[in-house]
Amino acid sequence: MTTPLLQVRGLSVIARAGQRDITLVDRLSFDLGEGEILGLVGESGSGKTLACRGLMRLLPAPNLRVEGQAVRLAGHDLLQLDEAGMRRLRGRELGMIFQNPCSHLDPLMRIGEQIAEGIRLHQGVSRREARAEAIEVLRQVGIPDPKSRVDNYPHEFSGGMRQRAMIAVALGCNPKVLIADEPTTALDVTVQAQILRLLLELRDRRGLSMILISHDLGVVAQTCDSIAVMYAGRLCEHGAKHEMLAQPRHPYSAGLLACHPAAQPEAVRMTTIAGQPPLLDDLPAGCRFESRCPQAMPLCRQQLPELLEASPGHRLACHTPLLAGGLS
Amino acid sequence: MTTLLQVKDLQVQFPAAGSGLFNLRPRKVSAVNGASLNLAAGETLGLVGESGCGKSTLARAILQLTPSCGGQVLFDGTDMNQGSPADIARLRRETAMIFQDPYSALNPRQRIGQILTEVLQVQRKVPATQIPARVGELLELVGLRAELAERRPGSLSGGQCQRVGIARALAVEPRLIVADECVAALDVSIQGQIINLLLELRERMGLALLFITHDLGVVRRLCDRVAVMYLGQIVEEGPVHEVFTAPRHPYTAALIQSIADIDPARRLPQDPLAGEPPSPLNLPSGCAFHPRCRHALPGCGETAPPEHIQGARRHACVHSQLPC
Repeated sequence: MTTPLLQVRGLSVIARAGQRDITLVDRLSFDLGEGEILGLVGESGSGKTLACRGLMRLLPAPNLRVEGQAVRLAGHDLLQLDEAGMRRLRGRELGMIFQNPCSHLDPLMRIGEQIAEGIRLHQGVSRREARAEAIEVLRQVGIPDPKSRVDNYPHEFSGGMRQRAMIAVALGCNPKVLIADEPTTALDVTVQAQILRLLLELRDRRGLSMILISHDLGVVAQTCDSIAVMYAGRLCEHGAKHEMLAQPRHPYSAGLLACHPAAQPEAVRMTTIAGQPPLLDDLPAGCRFESRCPQAMPLCRQQLPELLEASPGHRLACHTPLLAGGLS
Repeated sequence: MTTLLQVKDLQVQFPAAGSGLFNLRPRKVSAVNGASLNLAAGETLGLVGESGCGKSTLARAILQLTPSCGGQVLFDGTDMNQGSPADIARLRRETAMIFQDPYSALNPRQRIGQILTEVLQVQRKVPATQIPARVGELLELVGLRAELAERRPGSLSGGQCQRVGIARALAVEPRLIVADECVAALDVSIQGQIINLLLELRERMGLALLFITHDLGVVRRLCDRVAVMYLGQIVEEGPVHEVFTAPRHPYTAALIQSIADIDPARRLPQDPLAGEPPSPLNLPSGCAFHPRCRHALPGCGETAPPEHIQGARRHACVHSQLPC
């Protein structure tokens, strides 16, 4: 890969609480290549969603703000853009789909109009052309009989079809990067497989790059090219999928993998990670995983490990990593 | 093992928005449509299926929290559908339920201690003077510190709240616990803790557990037997190991194929199951699964599938074995 499509450098999301600042996402850096699918995993509250919303500058509360060195996409630095510039870019360059399609589709607007709205806004085409385009996009996301479905309202769609419709709304603007925030969590397993397959097809056909946020390593394992693990607002490991799943080096990544119900299916007891993540307004000085880490040593308590390149293409933030050749 | 719970041909219907002027032609949704299952004392049965297939309604009808309109629910030999108030009271004392969302299942204004005390007072399982000691015991049993009795649910984590939910279920010393998606809202690392706790409690107290979930990976770890539900009916039932290695109903096979695996070498299944479940308002004729079934025969849309029983396994399909 030459220059990556999306370069994120030191992205932080900070909340103002009374007189002090709480850092919810702490200096996130990663690259996303063209046609790459990056899986962003972590437990709830680890900052996965907030990081991506920060990227889009769609922060859910007014006391949140974004800081960072640079977020470069298609020749723009997103951090330097004002709100108007960002609005032109959002949708056209960066699309986003959400966990719960019901709450992100307008219930009073026909599906076709919701898709066409973005197309008209970004491409400046006529209503009629936008409608034709909307039908075409609906066909691409696998809605049967798109010509009549285009005039349906969201409540007339099933859960899986609504998720397809939301993907269609995002695709209508022809973005280069699609951020998918837990797109299958609210769906049944059989429908989940259909939607994941659709996302893979779209990547192959359109060269779309994706950031797939998920708490389920199983979902990520079957779709992504690379995996980034977040813990308590920080990236703790980032590498190619096969390496991350076969030989995770951060004790948290390894723990997360062992917790998956599909890991060691023959064992009687489930593997767990004892304890709980630290509260973000009361973070320890050292490594944030130290209190739950089976590998912890005194240094971990004192010094926050930085995310460094452990081997080509594999970054790691840990003082006591597991050895590359297996468990240490 | 003795059979603790026997459900025979249970039917639950809800009124739906009717058609015609002034709703003159009322319609019914058959949420549970002739479901049968057995649960022995001390056994764990997983009940799986897609959302809307009637898993939760079946569970609530078993516990007589939702009225059923046909069939039998035999708890310890007594048909609870025809039960007297005394029978229902006994059912309440001997069964308990754990819910999906631990926050909304607990009263946010009560302290944890009060939540547990209330159950003990109502069910009168222990003398009033011993209640505080019993609350402490219950908290210890689910791995919580006794000091938490003074806290309210809002200051606990999701995993801790779910443990309180389990402690509350255990307070009645039940013989049967129905757990409805009780780990679905929890993170994987916490999920494992709750499942291990249930495994441990089952061993220690000989509890029978009806474990409702959409996550087949969890069923494989926790349950002895599994029942697969589709549109209000149990389509396959059998020992977990056998069903997972050789499913006999095409729907079970598709569900098992769709489990997201962490093996990166495994590709996404090639469209294991087309479409989505039809609306229960408008059930397909014959076998409810036939519109989505790739092994359907011409007659499947007309006649209900026969039931095959072989040893501990049971499934309802035209085919006695899964066609290749």
